[in-house]
Amino acid sequence: MTLVKHELRQGRTAFLIWTAAIGFLLSVCIFLFPEMKGQMDSVNDVFASMGSFTAAFGMDRLNFGTLTGFYAVECGNVLGLGGAFYAALCAVGILSKEEKERTADFLLTHPVSRTRIITEKLIAVLIQITAMNIIIYALSVGSIAAVGEEIPWKEISLLHIAYYLLQLELAGICFGISAFLHRGSVGIGLGIAAVMYFLNLIANISETAEFLKYITPFGYCEGADIVSSGNLDGAKLAVGAVIGISGIVIAYLKYTKKDIR
Amino acid sequence: MEIIKTTKLTKYYGKARGIIDLDLTVRQGEFFGFIGPNGTGKSTTIRTLLGLIAPSSGSAMIFGKEVTKERETILQDVGYLPSEALFYQGMKVKDVLKLSTDLRKADCAAEAKSLCERLQLDESRRIDELSFGNRKKVAIVCALQHRPKLLVLDEPTGGLDPLMQKEFFDILRERNKDGAAILLSSHVLSEIQRNCTRAAIIRDGRIIACNSVDELSKTSAKRITVHGTVNLERLNGVRDRKDSENSHSFLYSGDMNSLLRVLSAGQVDDLTVTEPDLEEIFLHYYEKEG
Repeated sequence: MTLVKHELRQGRTAFLIWTAAIGFLLSVCIFLFPEMKGQMDSVNDVFASMGSFTAAFGMDRLNFGTLTGFYAVECGNVLGLGGAFYAALCAVGILSKEEKERTADFLLTHPVSRTRIITEKLIAVLIQITAMNIIIYALSVGSIAAVGEEIPWKEISLLHIAYYLLQLELAGICFGISAFLHRGSVGIGLGIAAVMYFLNLIANISETAEFLKYITPFGYCEGADIVSSGNLDGAKLAVGAVIGISGIVIAYLKYTKKDIR
Repeated sequence: MEIIKTTKLTKYYGKARGIIDLDLTVRQGEFFGFIGPNGTGKSTTIRTLLGLIAPSSGSAMIFGKEVTKERETILQDVGYLPSEALFYQGMKVKDVLKLSTDLRKADCAAEAKSLCERLQLDESRRIDELSFGNRKKVAIVCALQHRPKLLVLDEPTGGLDPLMQKEFFDILRERNKDGAAILLSSHVLSEIQRNCTRAAIIRDGRIIACNSVDELSKTSAKRITVHGTVNLERLNGVRDRKDSENSHSFLYSGDMNSLLRVLSAGQVDDLTVTEPDLEEIFLHYYEKEG
């Protein structure tokens, strides 16, 4: 596990910054809720009259006046986008950075198989994403308790699990892409996360584009669906799992045979 | 025993030539020089031997094992010093050395300490703060601290001051005396001439000469230096000619009788005939093959 420890040390700063930023924004949103709760009737009216924009964010099916509805939209966006960006960045550079920063000659001339390198780097990515989600979950629950609201355990947990799975899927895709890259990776990672997010907005607005929900992992993170059904969409999750695992398999297939120039 | 053996080793990058039909043998305890200008295939050969790139055809064996099949086992006993020593940002020297030994699952602390002392390398410094030469020293310790049976050195002295170069070669000679084989790829031909027992010259991805350094130096070409007035214009086999006032120096590989006739027709004040140094041999091979 030498490489796992090494990667965790290398990624420590980014991990702390992203976790602190997402955790802070989520907590701020939660702390704003009691103040906003009293004005929610008018807020609901405003959101209800925004047409496609309302549908895009699933606000047509959620009651902003409840903590669950508020959390699913406001906090969902913070955690969804923030977590997706972090997971994508974390995974898309993990293999390619060795060539980009020209440390591949150091690492790959040690008696370590490429399969072990890929595996340990993958484990490091999964640990960082998992640790970030646990910390953020604890911060969210703590913040809800701190503002004196009753904790909707099931809904909050389902939302966090969905976003965690989203991050894992994106990480799997980006991990696969990372095996092909020799240089820049940040733009690709951010781009993939952003495109996936907007695909879901499009799917929310247009009925003909609803199939996109099976392509983007944001499709199974729709707060309105999770809160109203009380569970996660198994079909969309299964498609997501196949896509994410495919990315990882591709990484193994490519990186074990890749010429390191 | 053959430590390195390549047979018709070929690597193409798409359509671009890397190395072609390369046959190379380095034996146990040998200090082997690998000579060639940039882009001729030296690095491609080294990277193929280390398993960083896969050959297009042919085979590469180290310690009698196929590089493509037993890479990890082979690398356990190989030390590699790249031409550019780059490490992970934010780490201290001691962290890099520790990472290297951890990846080898070996305890090299005593050897690392001894090497750091000899190379005057401060282990507490951060990699980001080090000069190119000091980063090179870190790479040297990483390559040597596990006492490998084979050392692969790619332009090893770049960035090292003359005193450090001397210390470095002293260490290499000690390791070589202890039985380690060394493959030294270098542009600095005097390094090869001083240290290596055998050498190969590579050109356009092919080995054009491979022999003991002494034998390589014994070409038909001689360095002729004439002080006086002579007319060399009609003389065939003259290369690398350097003229100054009342003096001519050139590499000569033509007929000796013709040379003597030309010299006797002129006014010769002084004449020296010497074996060319490796630098001149290298040019000789390049021009001959070209």
